[in-house]
Amino acid sequence: MKNAHEIIEKNVGLLTILILVAISLGAMVEITPLMFQQQTMKPVDGLEPYTALEMEGRDIYIREGCVGCHSQMIRPFRAETERYGHYSVAGESVWEHPFLWGSKRTGPDLARVGGRYSDEWHRVHLRNPRDVVPESNMPGFPWLFENQLSGELTAKKLAVFRDFGVPYTDEDIAGAKAAVEGKYEIDALVAYLQSLGTALK
Amino acid sequence: MSSFWSIWITVITLGTIIGCFLLLRWCLSNKTGVPEGEDMHHEYDGILEINNQLPRWWTIMFYATIVWGFLYFILYPGLGSFEGVLGWKSSNQDIRSLAESEQARIDAKANGDIVQYDRELDFAEERFAPIFAAYAKQPIESLAQDPEALKVGQRLFSQNCSQCHGSDARGQRGFPNLTDNDWLYGGTPAKITETLTLGRQAAMPAQLAAMGEQGIEEVVAYALSLSGRQVDPDLKEKGKVRFAICSACHGPDGKGNQALGAPNLTDNIWLYGGSHKAVTETLTYGRNGVMPSFKKTLGEEKIHLVAAYVYSLSQDK
Repeated sequence: MKNAHEIIEKNVGLLTILILVAISLGAMVEITPLMFQQQTMKPVDGLEPYTALEMEGRDIYIREGCVGCHSQMIRPFRAETERYGHYSVAGESVWEHPFLWGSKRTGPDLARVGGRYSDEWHRVHLRNPRDVVPESNMPGFPWLFENQLSGELTAKKLAVFRDFGVPYTDEDIAGAKAAVEGKYEIDALVAYLQSLGTALK
Repeated sequence: MSSFWSIWITVITLGTIIGCFLLLRWCLSNKTGVPEGEDMHHEYDGILEINNQLPRWWTIMFYATIVWGFLYFILYPGLGSFEGVLGWKSSNQDIRSLAESEQARIDAKANGDIVQYDRELDFAEERFAPIFAAYAKQPIESLAQDPEALKVGQRLFSQNCSQCHGSDARGQRGFPNLTDNDWLYGGTPAKITETLTLGRQAAMPAQLAAMGEQGIEEVVAYALSLSGRQVDPDLKEKGKVRFAICSACHGPDGKGNQALGAPNLTDNIWLYGGSHKAVTETLTYGRNGVMPSFKKTLGEEKIHLVAAYVYSLSQDK
C-alpha cells in the first residue's frame, strides 16, 4: 500500500472515527467494567436512602455550590484518615446521582462530617462561619433561615432516584411532601450534613 | 471480578500496547515511494517537506514506554484479576463495614500483601503507639504538668475541638469556655474524660407553653437577680414562686447541678448570653446544646491527652 498514512491525513471523517476508536479503548477498560462490579454497585451494610428532608438538603448543597470548595472523598492516606475518619469506599456512593466527591478543598472534606458537630453548631456556622471559626473564609448563608420548602418536587425527586435503583418505597414517596413542607432550608441542609458518612459502621 | 471482565480488560490492555508497537514499526518503514532525505513535493510559502525518519531519540522513548508498560503490569495490579507479582495495592478495597475493613487489614498482613495505606498505619503505630501508651499510664493530673504531653494534647484540641470551643478554648456563645473553671458537667479529670468519650446532650425545655409570656418575664427577673442584677422587685417575687419548676434541675438556690448539666445561675457566666433578651429567649424556646462523642474519632489514649490539656487550662484559676 503506497503511503496509506496520507489517506488518513487527508480525510477528516476517517481521522475522527479512528481517534474515537483510540480513546474509547481507555473507557472500555477503565469505565465499563466498573458498571458491573460488586465492589462499585453493592451498597455498604449500613447504607440508607436519603430521607425526603436530607434529599432536599442535598439539592441545596448542590445549589449553593458547596461542592466547589468541599470534597466528599477521603483518600486512603493516614494524613487524611487521622483528620476525617475511615477512607471513603465505593459502596458508600452507589446511590449518589450524581456523586459529590468534588476535587477542591478550600474548606475541609465533608465525607464524614455527620455527627461530628452538633446541629446547633451547623446552624451558627452556616449563618456566619466566623461566629465559630474566626479565621474561616467561608461565606455565610443567612437566606437558608428564611426560605421555606414547599415540597412540590420532593416526591418526584425520590421517584427519579428510585428509577436509578435507590430502594424508596411507595410510602416514602407518598409522604415526601408532608415530610418537608414548611421546614426551612437550613433544617434540610443540616439534616443532609448530619447524614454524611454515617453508613460505614 | 468475573473472569469475563478480567479477560476483557487484559485483552484490550495488552492488545493496545501491542497495537502501539506494531503502529510504531509500521510508521518507521518508508512507504511513501520517496527515498529518505528527499523532497516530498509539498511546498508552502517556500517551506519544503522532506521525507525524514522519525527522530531516533523519540523512537527509543516510545519503545521504552512499551517496555515500561509490560513491566508495570507484571509487578502491579492492572490486568483484570491478576494482582501483580509484588502483591502491592494502595488500600483494601471492597469493604462494607468497619469490621470488614479491620479484617481485610489482618488478612492482608497474613498473606504478606503490601498494602500501602496499612503500611503507613503500621509505621505510625510503631513510632507513636509507645508514646501514647506511656502517657495513657499516667494520671491526668500529672500529664497536666508535663509540657510535652500538653503539646500533644493541644494539637489534638486544635484539630478536633477548636471548631466549637475556639483555638484559645474560651468558647463562644453556645459553646462553653473551658478556661474559666466553671463546669457544666464537672471539671474533674474523670468527668472531662467522660464528657469527651460519651458526649453530652443538654436539655433545657422550652417554657412558653408552661409559663406564658408573663410568667417568663417574671422568671427572667428572678434568674437575673440571682447573679446580683437590679430587677423589678415585684416581678422578682413572682418569679421566685415560679422558679420551683426550674429548681428541679438548677437547684432551689439556682446553683445548678453538674449531674444534669444544669448551669449555675448565680455566677454571672452565661452560655447563651446574660442579657435580658438572651435569657428570655432561653426560657421561651429552650436550649439543647450537644457535645458530640469523640470515642470513635479519637480513641481512649488520645482522649486521655485531650482531657489533660483541657484540665490544665483552668488549673491556675
